[in-house]
Amino acid sequence: MTPFEVVDTGARAAGPPPVTPKNLPHRGGEANPSAKALQEKFAGAVKRVEVIWGETVVYLDPASVKDAIGWLHDDTSQQYDYLSDVTAVEYRDAEAPIEVVWHLRSLPFRRFLRIKTELRKGEPLETDSIYDIYRGADWLERECFDMFGIRFRGHPDLRRILMWESYKEGFPLRKDFPLRGRFSRSEQLRQALAQNPEARYSMEELSIADAFAELPEDMRARLNKGGRTGE
Amino acid sequence: MGLTVPGDRSTVSYAPESQEGWVATRLDFLVNWSRANSLWPMPFGTACCAIEFMATAASDFDLARFGMERMSFSPRQADVLICAGRVPFKLAPIIRRIWQQMPQPKWCISMGACASTGGMFDNYAVVQGIDTIIPVDVYVPGCPPRPEGLIYGIRMLQEKVMNERAADTRTRDEMEPDPESQLYIPASVIDELSEPFGNSVHQNRSAP
Amino acid sequence: MSKRTVEVELSTSGLDRHGRPQRVPLVTNDGGTAIALEPPPGVEPDLEGEHMLINIGPQHPATHGVLRLVLELDGETVVRCIPHIGYLHCGFEKIGEYRQYNQIICWTDREDYLNSLGNNVAFALGAERLFGIEITERCKVLRVIAAELSRIMSHLVWLGTFCIDIGAFTPFLWAFQRREEIYRLIEKWVGARLTTSATRVGGMAADIPSGWMDGLRRFTHTFPSTLDEIDRVLTRNAIWVGRTVGLGVMTPAEAVNWGLSGPMLRASGVAYDVRRDFPYLDYETYDFDVPVGTSGDVYDRYLVRFEEMRQSVRILVQAAERLPDGPVNIDDPRTILPPKSKATSEMESMIHHFKVVMEGPRPPIGESYVAVESPKGEKGYYMVSDGTSKPVRWRIRPPSFVNLAAIPKMVEGHLLSDVIAINASIDIVMGEIDR
Repeated sequence: MTPFEVVDTGARAAGPPPVTPKNLPHRGGEANPSAKALQEKFAGAVKRVEVIWGETVVYLDPASVKDAIGWLHDDTSQQYDYLSDVTAVEYRDAEAPIEVVWHLRSLPFRRFLRIKTELRKGEPLETDSIYDIYRGADWLERECFDMFGIRFRGHPDLRRILMWESYKEGFPLRKDFPLRGRFSRSEQLRQALAQNPEARYSMEELSIADAFAELPEDMRARLNKGGRTGE
Repeated sequence: MGLTVPGDRSTVSYAPESQEGWVATRLDFLVNWSRANSLWPMPFGTACCAIEFMATAASDFDLARFGMERMSFSPRQADVLICAGRVPFKLAPIIRRIWQQMPQPKWCISMGACASTGGMFDNYAVVQGIDTIIPVDVYVPGCPPRPEGLIYGIRMLQEKVMNERAADTRTRDEMEPDPESQLYIPASVIDELSEPFGNSVHQNRSAP
Repeated sequence: MSKRTVEVELSTSGLDRHGRPQRVPLVTNDGGTAIALEPPPGVEPDLEGEHMLINIGPQHPATHGVLRLVLELDGETVVRCIPHIGYLHCGFEKIGEYRQYNQIICWTDREDYLNSLGNNVAFALGAERLFGIEITERCKVLRVIAAELSRIMSHLVWLGTFCIDIGAFTPFLWAFQRREEIYRLIEKWVGARLTTSATRVGGMAADIPSGWMDGLRRFTHTFPSTLDEIDRVLTRNAIWVGRTVGLGVMTPAEAVNWGLSGPMLRASGVAYDVRRDFPYLDYETYDFDVPVGTSGDVYDRYLVRFEEMRQSVRILVQAAERLPDGPVNIDDPRTILPPKSKATSEMESMIHHFKVVMEGPRPPIGESYVAVESPKGEKGYYMVSDGTSKPVRWRIRPPSFVNLAAIPKMVEGHLLSDVIAINASIDIVMGEIDR
């Protein structure tokens, strides 16, 4: 097996080797050059750019997030090859929109960029999935869906990951979801114990199991249409 | 054995010791002594307490001297279920299933604050004490308990085992869950056990 | 002895038209003679193997926590693997919204419980970025010591459990014995072995007691010999090499695209270490190497983590030498508790103490993301503040979560026992994955 070539980070980073940042200003400060490049390339989509505690945050229009992130990944002057995180923030203010946050790193340039988009609460919470660009987005987006209810269009298998699939209480990290959950403890326990541990198979698992041929017709039809079983 | 349904108190279910014969008491002693000193644990380790359990099983604290070195990861061959760590609701049917798969005689040690009461996780996701799901014999407090603490709990369990009597026919009764709700104890009791208390009542405002 | 050939006439050839052994249902015609028939179509046995669906976990000794893997096996080869997580989901991020910043430090211990000190340090750094605080020099060096000790502890658990999964039991005992030494050191410092809560926003919970540095020096002197011992037993052991080389290979491009970090990424040849590339706590001033592998397999991950332990010892020795005197905590009574002597004698300090405990320090409105190099990978805490003492959002960027997502890719085509080895090489902590 031929050994891999060692990939050094910072191959295209200019300037001295990185140091621990000190005395960062609260706001203002030097922005990541990619923010300016994004503003030039996607002029209409960039709502605003902020630099907070030395980190550059770019607010984008929800419709152009996938194109912008794709460009950041593919363009040779940006090379954001590493997706660090996909998450969401809901503020305590009921009027404020929910923000979906992407943390991107460029290993060759040693840069860090935060992309945000705002989703209004009255409307369906949907945005595009970047699964095609970064495979690492797979589980991160599933978790975002599980905790906030944000649907990622184009994700191959968007289902709950941390809570069980038939979890009925809602989306835990929303601000209207109480800390202890909506149901009483005994009801939560009852629902939890009603799960059959063996029934937790997804469609793809059952389709490869022998049992598929023996399932009743209507169940097979339902599964073929994308339903779940055992819940 | 843990949370048995309180029976009719007017009935004494085993004969007082003075009426037991010499053979019966010697036999009890032999059986209990063998059981107590060869409890095979089923480490249901989920979180930090599992690491302290591993440290207790390792050389410095050594569970082998108590007969517990043979960790049985198959419940079918285990005696004690040591629930080490927090149990979320998603894991609740699993621990119930594991408990049901263990053959009698079996005991349960709830190790740590999270297994005993839900610990610092008084939220939507965590079972507030595994005794709402399975019957527990010994609770070991701590977050995580020191290995000495766990050993103290194990010694307590050994004492409990030594005090069992073969003539007591109710010791090895399995509690059947309510077929509809799958709960062992009434829902109101579960709610009462899981109520917040102490400081946690004041700490659950999101903003000051 | 003469040979004799006997010719026996068979009523059938024994093979059907597909060349497979013929099933001959015994049917008699009206006359009572047995006649051989072709089996009706559709009833033929499928002699190609069927795929088995096997469930590993969530309760299993080798899954390193409550992980459930559903494997589709063709004989013993894995065709597909579907991991299920969430069995240890305890609502950390939700509860972070209901706790003050100093209280959240207690939760950071429990999340990646093998790296408690490291998580405490990471959180404190993130909170201090959010508050805009510069910590003292002594505090920085103490935090480096804490982070590296934590790295050694985590790698020792990984090593011990990895060995058990492959089948070697003794290194587990050796590793845990060294961990007890570190536990004793940490207990002298902060009072707890595992769930340390050692940092506070703006400083540390406690300064090291006198004589502690001698204990640390003793540890750094004696620990490398244990590493040598384990090295001698494992690294060139034929069984070990045979069980780990060539398994679970991730190419550099795949590793970066899947978001892997830490030793997983470095074993695949990508030299990304947060301490080097996005430094914190003055790591650029310490002299240490970042081990990088070139095969991306389980053996390389083992070598990378092993070497990281040696490098951590190097950093500890340097940190022990350069520990400056001075205060550990910053001198801002609105953020961090004033010294007890002042709090009990001066009115103003007492009020500050009261406010810090009851209400908690308040950062300005904003957000921060600080990533550190945890033993598992890039660990980051993203905090959003709205000016109150409790964060609006506390996000944990879990390295094991993203690393584990790649397991279906890594185990495809391998044998069942290799699945266990590959799973162990990812170094997962379910507490961090499920939070």
